[in-house]
Amino acid sequence: MSDLKKIRDEFLSKLRSKLDLSQVNQLKTELFGKDGLITKQFKKIGSISVSERKKYATELNKIKDELQNLIISKIGEIEISEVNEKLKKEKIDVSLPERSIIRGKIHPVSQTIDEISSIFSEIGFSVEEGPDVENEFNNFTALNTPDHHPARDMHDTFYLDEKKQKLLRTHTSPVQIRTMINNKPPFKIIAPGRTYRSDSDQTHAPMFHQVEGLHIDKEINMGHLKGCLNYFIKEFFEVDKIKMRFRPSHFPFTEPSAEVDIGYKIKDGKIVIGEGDQWLEILGCGMVHPNVLKNVRVDPAKYQGYAFGIGIDRLAMLKYGINDLRAFFDCDYRWLNHFGFDPLDVPTNYRGLSR
Amino acid sequence: MKITFDWLKDHLNTSLKEKFLIDQLTNIGLEVESVESLSADNKLFKVAKITKTKKHPNADRLKVCDVDVGEKDMKKVVCGAKNATTGLITIYAPPGAVIPKTKTKLVVAKIRGVTSYGMLCSESELNLSDEREGIVELPKSKYQKSVGKNYFQNNNPNSIDLSVTPNRPDCLGIRGIARDLAASGFGRLKNSKEKKIQSKIKHTLSVKITKEKGQGCSVFGSCLITNVKNTESPKWLKDKLISIGQKPISAIVDITNYVMLDINRPLHAYDADKIEKGIIVRNSKSGEQFTALDNKNYKMENGMCVISDSKGVLGLGGIIGGTRSSTELDTKNILLESAYFEPKSIRKTAKKLNLDTDAKFRFERGIDPLSIEDGLNKAALLIKEVCGGVISKIDVQRTEKFKAKTIKFDLNLFEKVTGLVISRNKILKILEDLGFKLKKEKRYLKLTIPSWRPDISQPIDIIEELARIHGYDQIKTIEPIKKRHKPTLNKTQKLFHFLQRAIASKGYVEAITWSFTDSKYNNLFKENKKEIKIINPLSSEIGVLRNSIFSNLIFYMRKNLNRDIKDLSLFEIGPIFSGSNPGEQETVIGGLRSGKISRLSWIEDDRIVDIFDVKKDIIQTLIEAGYDRSKIYIDDTTPNYYHPGKSGRIFINNEKDKIVGYFGEIHPNIIKKIEIKTESLVGFEIFVDNLKRPKKLLRDQKKVYQVSDFQKSERDFAFIIDRNFKSQELIEIISSVNPNLIRNVDIFDVYEGENIPVDKKSIAINVGIQSLDKPLNDEDLEKVNKLIIDTVEKETGAKIRS
Repeated sequence: MSDLKKIRDEFLSKLRSKLDLSQVNQLKTELFGKDGLITKQFKKIGSISVSERKKYATELNKIKDELQNLIISKIGEIEISEVNEKLKKEKIDVSLPERSIIRGKIHPVSQTIDEISSIFSEIGFSVEEGPDVENEFNNFTALNTPDHHPARDMHDTFYLDEKKQKLLRTHTSPVQIRTMINNKPPFKIIAPGRTYRSDSDQTHAPMFHQVEGLHIDKEINMGHLKGCLNYFIKEFFEVDKIKMRFRPSHFPFTEPSAEVDIGYKIKDGKIVIGEGDQWLEILGCGMVHPNVLKNVRVDPAKYQGYAFGIGIDRLAMLKYGINDLRAFFDCDYRWLNHFGFDPLDVPTNYRGLSR
Repeated sequence: MKITFDWLKDHLNTSLKEKFLIDQLTNIGLEVESVESLSADNKLFKVAKITKTKKHPNADRLKVCDVDVGEKDMKKVVCGAKNATTGLITIYAPPGAVIPKTKTKLVVAKIRGVTSYGMLCSESELNLSDEREGIVELPKSKYQKSVGKNYFQNNNPNSIDLSVTPNRPDCLGIRGIARDLAASGFGRLKNSKEKKIQSKIKHTLSVKITKEKGQGCSVFGSCLITNVKNTESPKWLKDKLISIGQKPISAIVDITNYVMLDINRPLHAYDADKIEKGIIVRNSKSGEQFTALDNKNYKMENGMCVISDSKGVLGLGGIIGGTRSSTELDTKNILLESAYFEPKSIRKTAKKLNLDTDAKFRFERGIDPLSIEDGLNKAALLIKEVCGGVISKIDVQRTEKFKAKTIKFDLNLFEKVTGLVISRNKILKILEDLGFKLKKEKRYLKLTIPSWRPDISQPIDIIEELARIHGYDQIKTIEPIKKRHKPTLNKTQKLFHFLQRAIASKGYVEAITWSFTDSKYNNLFKENKKEIKIINPLSSEIGVLRNSIFSNLIFYMRKNLNRDIKDLSLFEIGPIFSGSNPGEQETVIGGLRSGKISRLSWIEDDRIVDIFDVKKDIIQTLIEAGYDRSKIYIDDTTPNYYHPGKSGRIFINNEKDKIVGYFGEIHPNIIKKIEIKTESLVGFEIFVDNLKRPKKLLRDQKKVYQVSDFQKSERDFAFIIDRNFKSQELIEIISSVNPNLIRNVDIFDVYEGENIPVDKKSIAINVGIQSLDKPLNDEDLEKVNKLIIDTVEKETGAKIRS
């Protein structure tokens, strides 16, 4: 047996036994180190006869590769098993709590405003806004509210001056007036916002939210009003069917006027909208009074249309099962967290209003 | 307005059931608020006789009564009424009965240790009257033999409570309601041929209406009825009044009330013998006074409409009578008044004197000026029937003659506004049924408006009448068209919604607080802004409009901290006010954070929230909203409610034109003053209206996409620099050394203390250098290095740390 063969067989068998990393490295040095067995064999090549040399070199290279590969794979094996050993010791309790989360919330009233805007957006309404402080004209006179109307009383309206010229708007209807004075018909707007009345008890708060709607064009009649509100209520409560009742009523700024009731029932202590034979009043509406149109210089002989006003807080209460209006504005952190919405929950038409 | 179906039937022929009535009333705009059953369990209420009373063993004021209810055994009932005495005949309610007033169901109960089987009722509890003192005393003569029988003989009708809108005074009378119902097809209105007095006896009391400016009375009709004997009202009348919750008093009062309720014609009866030398209707003079029937003394101002005699004021016309001339049970001669008072005058006087009466409620809405004689006829004849006596001729004084209003009505208008198609004949019928007089012209109807409808003056009013009576349910729903002509939100509104959710996504919980606040809190944050007072606030705690978003927010922060919630992040987006004129407001976002980050965390050390937390929240929000971080500029001029050394002011561009926000620690003095207990309180404000809305779309604002694949080199520098030098400027200076090569400038350490001079600090900076078009060699990098050091040293006086 040639020396080469001997070296090969000897080291192959050594490398196949169980070794640790240092032992493998030891063998590696014995073979390929400065004075290693294989290294020496390479040095010998020069002294071999030309005729033998080629064959010898081929043989040597083959053995070198074989041993080298084995050493590499051996080292790889050992490293993997050592890492595995180490990882076994690194096991932690993954059931420990994550780093602390802080989650923000959107107020249910804000969420409801976004839902409302999203619904009306679909049928072509755009959003208008107006100031919270209004003058007497925009809030009352232009809206055909007579001088003696009880709404003008001190115990109904917050005033900012003794002459009762400046006040906190009692509804979002003055936005109608501003919009119509500053633009030309047709008008198709909603105006959500804060409103104020001098009223405070279990079911009334001195500040609340309203959305006003206005659609004025040449041929808008009560059928459109019914269709619009029917659509809105159905979309808002996300039900297929809705029971609705238009009941004649009276407001200074609309005529004919109506109040709208929706059918509901109480099931397992919860309110179910759209079924049952109980009626719940949810909004006031009507055809914009010709006097109002005249007051904003829109010709009532050419243009007509409807307006409505809906209590946003009340809608939110109905949809989300909130039973105390006062809690909306009491800022109890626990309440806000309970009834608030994740900021990622943006009501949209394609993704739906709510989850 | 309370009515009963029975009473309606005095004016209405109908065979329909009450169930339909309720719906129909609501359908025509007379909303039914409630239906109260007087007779629901009325069969349970028995006429009973107390056969024995004994003091309650454990309570001085209670008695234990044996009550005969017609059964074999006596019922033991505990009763607290003083008048519960042996022999009294009264009304007994057994266990199971529902008390009409309180709607409570009786159960067998132990009262102070003695079991009581049912109860003896007061008139008030049975809704018979307002009498709360004692239990019902039934006249022996009449009820002696009825013990054990049902008290409620005839099935009492349900009392239906209507909400009548303020434009419909005519429906404050039963007849008006019947008329509306008849027009809507619910029966037929009976003719009201009231009998006339037809007297030949002279009216001997003089009545005058003075002609003066602002006279509030335009018609004063009256008649005298002499030799009457005022008495208890007959049963039919008492029952009628009781059926709608009114308390019978005496025949004369009850009859005037009845006529008022029946045809909405308020009347007033005077004791004629107490009137000195005739009636004068005039304006009051300042300082005059009288005692009204509510036993209160009223002092008058100039110009209130009073009914007076030679001695002075007798009553306030159309509002309330006076005690001096009031009728009593022994009144012999009465003067019956039926007048027309101007709504405006009534309103003014009642408001000034803070008086609210049934008559005032009706007159201020407008009474039918043509009902004067009908009222007198109806009431006088009834009085004569019940109380006897002799009626005089009717005397009517007037300063104005009533003129009926007319309007021209274009029939086509109805369909145009309502979308409803109804036949011409139907239209005519409805209007006629409602009392309009019609004259047909070509395309128009000439309508004479009934005198009882002050609310009708223009064609739209007619359209409403027709739609209401025909039924809103007949209007066909027209589906909305899904088409948008204009974007739903404008740029400002989009920004509002974006910022709202951006802030919430940083962990803030949205609050909505009042736009008004307590001036105590407001003063802490208002700086030199004007205080805007509400002149009629509900309470001083909400007496001023807020000048700052913080005044309420900090109040609720405190409230929540007191609930022992420690780590709070609250924000609000809403208006703050700078003046009391419309538009003197701006939209602000305010955020407050308290307590610690990572409190009670097993993995991280906790730390208090600090100004760099809120700075991150506000800057990140601005970046998310599309503002360029590299242009955001910050200095340290802030309002006095922030910590003077730990707060900053934000601009979205280096030109510093409008302040877009503040952030920082809330001033420790404020925290102390309002006793907030927390480890830390930091906050920010964003002035939304000051944020410039870029004209370009976001996609157009972006630069061309350009990245470099050449090696990026990093160099660290440490400069010793003035302690007050702003790091923001240092970054700016380094970045502009060579904007083409310098990719990032990051401060990774700031150090003051040992080895650094007292008025200096050391800032360590990492600078990333990379070229877009070639690999940089050592020489290139060295050039940049040197330039950075030279420029910083030259421009800031800093020294590179070796």
